[in-house]
This record gives sequence, structure tokens and C-alpha cells, in this order.
Amino acid sequence: MNGLLAILARDLRLASRRPTEALMPVVFFVVAASLFPFGVGPEPAMLKQIAPGIVWVCALLSSMLSLGSMYAGDHADGSLEQMLISGISAVEIAAAKSLAHWFMSGLPLIVVSPLLGLLFDMAPDSIGIMMLGLIIGTPVLSLLGSMGSALTLGLRNNAILILLIVLPLCIPVLIFGAGAVSAYEVGLAPDGHFYLLGALLLLSALGAPVATAAALRISV
Amino acid sequence: MNNLPRLFTFAAPSRFYRLAGWTIPGFYGIAILSALASLYMGFFVAPVDATQGNSYRIIFIHVPAAWMSMVLYMAMAFWAAIGWAFNARMAFMLARALAPTGAAFTFLALWTGAFWGKPTWGAWWVWDARLTSELILLFLYLGYMALVEAIDDTRRADQAGALLAVVGAINVPIIYFSVRWWNTLHQGASISMTAAPKMASTMLMSMLLMTIACWSYAFAVVFVRARAIVLERERSTEWVQALLGNSVKENV
Repeated sequence: MNGLLAILARDLRLASRRPTEALMPVVFFVVAASLFPFGVGPEPAMLKQIAPGIVWVCALLSSMLSLGSMYAGDHADGSLEQMLISGISAVEIAAAKSLAHWFMSGLPLIVVSPLLGLLFDMAPDSIGIMMLGLIIGTPVLSLLGSMGSALTLGLRNNAILILLIVLPLCIPVLIFGAGAVSAYEVGLAPDGHFYLLGALLLLSALGAPVATAAALRISV
Repeated sequence: MNNLPRLFTFAAPSRFYRLAGWTIPGFYGIAILSALASLYMGFFVAPVDATQGNSYRIIFIHVPAAWMSMVLYMAMAFWAAIGWAFNARMAFMLARALAPTGAAFTFLALWTGAFWGKPTWGAWWVWDARLTSELILLFLYLGYMALVEAIDDTRRADQAGALLAVVGAINVPIIYFSVRWWNTLHQGASISMTAAPKMASTMLMSMLLMTIACWSYAFAVVFVRARAIVLERERSTEWVQALLGNSVKENV
């Protein structure tokens, strides 16, 4: 547990030294989401209807974009190897890295998402539902993405490769995250979606760090 | 006859190479014969469907292709897991050889599905649960193939691919059910994919023959591909050198 906290604190401190870089996923998230009205037209009714989907797809893409650098820097300067032979379990390293990734790419998205909700004229309670879904769902993206990042460590074109590997695995999160808002807006209870998102979170929190640890041992 | 240890002897690439070489012509033969028989039955013997007319006849290739797409993914994940657990080279090579055939059958299932969908539903594609999960299965195959192709180091490629195949296999049911629930939530009862309530026995017969053809074809091409991978990876061993030397002499 100490190892986990140490790596988490280290990664967050490293990110805080380069604030512009750390903010890039959020900027991408906002820019990408605001492109949609140009594509589908400015009708408020239609935008309101597709808003949860847009926000979720953009959140998914923006958290995927920063995956390439999750292990790459530590791999390049050799500190990843040192961590792996330091006696801290690889599962713990994987969990710490996923958590750090979520703090840097997931949490800022959740904070900014109400702004996008307002841009798309969503009702305040729909925005709340969307944020709750993002809070449960985005850690799953970081956990699954961590595995993809570890598998593709040091490969050519690894940014595209990560997307190709991880995106299909993320589809259930997208379905239930965006589905919760849609269900609420047509007057159904969104609870079921949250339970399923929670189940996905539990499953990936238990399984993904183990898979990532195996991937790190393969790749390093 | 206790032949369990004998099965393990084919884990040696050289023995597998020879065994596969003997069986490939047989599998091709079975594939061609049963495909011809199935096509004959499907086109000339099976009756016209009461509601769909002749367009339903694509079922004879569509359903076996869809079955194969799922079976081959499971086979790929199985061999990848075996290879990973026992560090068996041949199992890794089989997993890699299975992927392109599986992807091809997945694509075939989607493509024939589109051709079937157009006359019966009036659309090439609908976001039905089965179609969508088949599409995601294709993405999983492509991800696996892209990953193993991108890694130059064979050992790492095999193990990384194995991990991805196993994770994918765990995810397949999750994806399937989430797509199903998503579909029932979003889409009203516009289309029901329920098959004809009772299938004529000639139709069933034709479909089963095509299934046999697909299995044999899959065995044949996977073995051909696995043999090529064996030769490539074992090129520095004595038996491959001897094999190549012999064939060079024969050619001269």
C-alpha cells in the first residue's frame, strides 16, 4: 500500500511540474465535444438529445489519448524497471499508475463536464446523472487503458494501437454511462445503469491491475 | 491404447509440421465436397421460404460463418492461454494462425448479413444486438492481429497477444450482454431476428453440410498458415534446413 501511495504521489508531483501537459486531455475534451454542433447542426433539440453520447465518447477518446505516455516516460529512463525490481508488487504499480492516470485525465473531465452539459442545453439533473456516471465509469477507462498501454510499451505507432486494443473493451462503459442519462431523460430510473457501471468498475479494479502487471512483465 | 502422451508429441513443431502436412489435403477435400453438396442442396433441393422467398438462402453460408467466427475466437484464446501457461511454442503459433481465419469468417458473417438484411429488412445494417457484437468481435480480432504484428520480438508478441486474447475472451460475454441491453433500451420492437419457427430438414441439412465445410476449410488454412509460421520461426533448426536442402536437391 505504501508503494502504491508513493508511486501515486510521485506521478502527481511529476504532472504538477508540467501543468500545461496535464491540462491537455481536458482541453481536447472540450474542443472535440464542441466540434459536434458544427457537424450535426445547431438545433438545440437534437443537440440536447445526443449530448450524453457526445460527452461520453469525447471523455473516452480524451482519456485514451494520454495513455501512450502512461508508462512510456518511465520505461525510457529506466525507472519502470527499477520500480519492478524494487520489491513493490507489479500489481500495486499497475494500480498506482491507473489511479494516477485517473486523477490526471478522468477527474478533470468530470469537473469540466457540467460546462459541456450547459453548452448542449442539458437539464441540471441530467448533468448530475451524467457526472455520477462519469465518476463511476472513467476509472474503468483508466484501468483498461493501463493494460493497453503496458502491452504496447515501446512499439511503433503505439498511440493508434492502444486505441484499437482498448476501445472495443470500453464499449460496455460507454453504453451504461450514456444510457443512464438517456434512461433518466425518458423518465426511467437510471439506477440499473449505475449498478452495472459499478459492477464493471469492481471487475476491472480486481482484474485489470493483474492483467497490467502481467503485461508489464511481458513488455519490460 | 493410451494415446494421451502421443498427442503431446505433436507439440513439437517438427512433428506438427508433418502431421499437418498429411491432413491438409484431406481437410481441403472434405471442405470442397461438403461445400458443393451444401450449395446443391441449398439452391436446388431446399424449398422456397414462405415469407422471405429466395433471399433466405444466404443463411446457408451466413450462419456457419457466424458460428465459426465465435468458435475460432475461443480456439484462439484457448491456444494462447495454453501457450502462455505451458510456454508451448506450437500453441502460440496456432493462436496466431487462427486469428486471420477467424477475422475472415467474422467479416463474411457481417457481409452476408448485410446482403440478407437489405431484401428482408430494407437496410444493409441495423444496430441489432447480434450484428453489433459481431462487429465488436471483428474489432477484437483486428486488435489482436495488429498487436502481434507490431511487436518484432516473437516471444513478447506471443505473450502479449495471449494476454489480449484471454482478456478479450473474458470480455466477449460482457460486451454481448451490454449490447443486448443497450439495444432493448434504445430500439423499439422494430425488427425481430427470430428465425423461421420450423426449418425444413433439407434446409437444416444444407446448413450442417456448410458447417462441416467451414470447419474443414478452417482446419486446412490454419494448418497451412501454422506450417508457414513453423518454417519461419524454426528456420535455423536442423530439421528445417534438412527439409529445405532436400527440396532444393529435388528441384535441381
